Amino acid sequence: MPHLDAAYNLARWLAGNDHDAEDVAQEASLRAFKFFGNFRGENPRAWLLTIVRNTFYNSLRKNRSEKIEELDDEALSIEDTTVNAEILNSRISDAEVIRRAIAALPVQFREIVVLREMEGLSYKEIADLADLPVGTVMSRLARARKQLQKELAGEFQQRGAQ
Amino acid sequence: MNCQQARPLIEPYADGELDADTILDLEKHLRECTNCTLALRNATTLKKAFKQNSLSFSAPKDLRRRIKAELHSRVAPAPQPNFWQTPWKWNWLTAAISSVATASLVVPLSLSLHNRSQPLEQEIVSDHIRSLMGTHTLDVTSTDQHTVKPWFNGKLDFSPPVKDLAPQNFPLIGGRLDYVGGRSVASLVFQRQKHLINLFVWPAQERDLKPTLIRPIQGYHLVHWVAADMTCWAVSDLNETELLEFAHAFADIKAARP
Repeated sequence: MPHLDAAYNLARWLAGNDHDAEDVAQEASLRAFKFFGNFRGENPRAWLLTIVRNTFYNSLRKNRSEKIEELDDEALSIEDTTVNAEILNSRISDAEVIRRAIAALPVQFREIVVLREMEGLSYKEIADLADLPVGTVMSRLARARKQLQKELAGEFQQRGAQ
Repeated sequence: MNCQQARPLIEPYADGELDADTILDLEKHLRECTNCTLALRNATTLKKAFKQNSLSFSAPKDLRRRIKAELHSRVAPAPQPNFWQTPWKWNWLTAAISSVATASLVVPLSLSLHNRSQPLEQEIVSDHIRSLMGTHTLDVTSTDQHTVKPWFNGKLDFSPPVKDLAPQNFPLIGGRLDYVGGRSVASLVFQRQKHLINLFVWPAQERDLKPTLIRPIQGYHLVHWVAADMTCWAVSDLNETELLEFAHAFADIKAARP
């Protein structure tokens, strides 16, 4: 099961904890195995990740434990500010800081960052996987990265007190 | 190009998602604009943050075990017709042969049915997909050709050529026994980035053939060649050019016969 790590990684980043991530990854793997006879695509890893994602959102709907806020992609404008390059550069070796910054992203941004930066999927593959227009993938990715840069450069330090 | 046009292109540029013309335009702007250059620097710094740190979670061993157990309990009792399973097929054949009255009729029919429904190329692609999705990717996990090659001793009636192609950026990750075209074959598994390559090898009946691209099946690329008395089939979701490159790299070696 060479793609199980990828499946678990996405599930873990989406779910935010080990227990739920294992449930999602297990259910998705079993579903994938059951249906892979019908699989006609080019990329079994992306296909498995699609199933992981759907499984995660289905489990949320069932449990209603965490509410996902709808994103209005039309309303998202990307601030054109540039963070301090030296501070940013000094923070990127701290894995824990980066993890926290990713975890703080809204789930719709987080999933795209994980698929792009950890799983190496192209914009088109992510768009197919998440059933979104490529333009939306790009704008969410840009927003997510802007937020990550700000977090890492320390410009969001006061956020927790708000 | 001005800053307003350049800014939305900076991340796609860092992601390698721009076409050649746009890259040239953007690079021209970057040479003239320090602000956009700084934005690019921050974008690449952030990408570096992902590369440098191990942020990915690996599947816990327990989870892997649970899924395997669950799959075995589901798959074992009721193999589906298209779920190609050796024991099942042999049982069927044995039953047919034991029925003397119909043996001459049934055996050739069953074989020809098998051939028509599963051409060799399709069978290889199915084996490849199953190795990716199922529980049976590797019997022996090693990047060392001197571990993988002896592992096949006594398991096959031939000694497959095994070579680590790490210097050519196709590292060997292991091997397994598989069953193709009615015989046991060696399957060597190689990797390029996140793409796996299955290389099926068995003794050749046919004359030498240089690495040849075969029509893709279900989006998988196939390269077939015959060299040093071995029939080789490489299959992967890797692009055709790199798969051919792999075949040429591998075909350079001589197969050792027992």
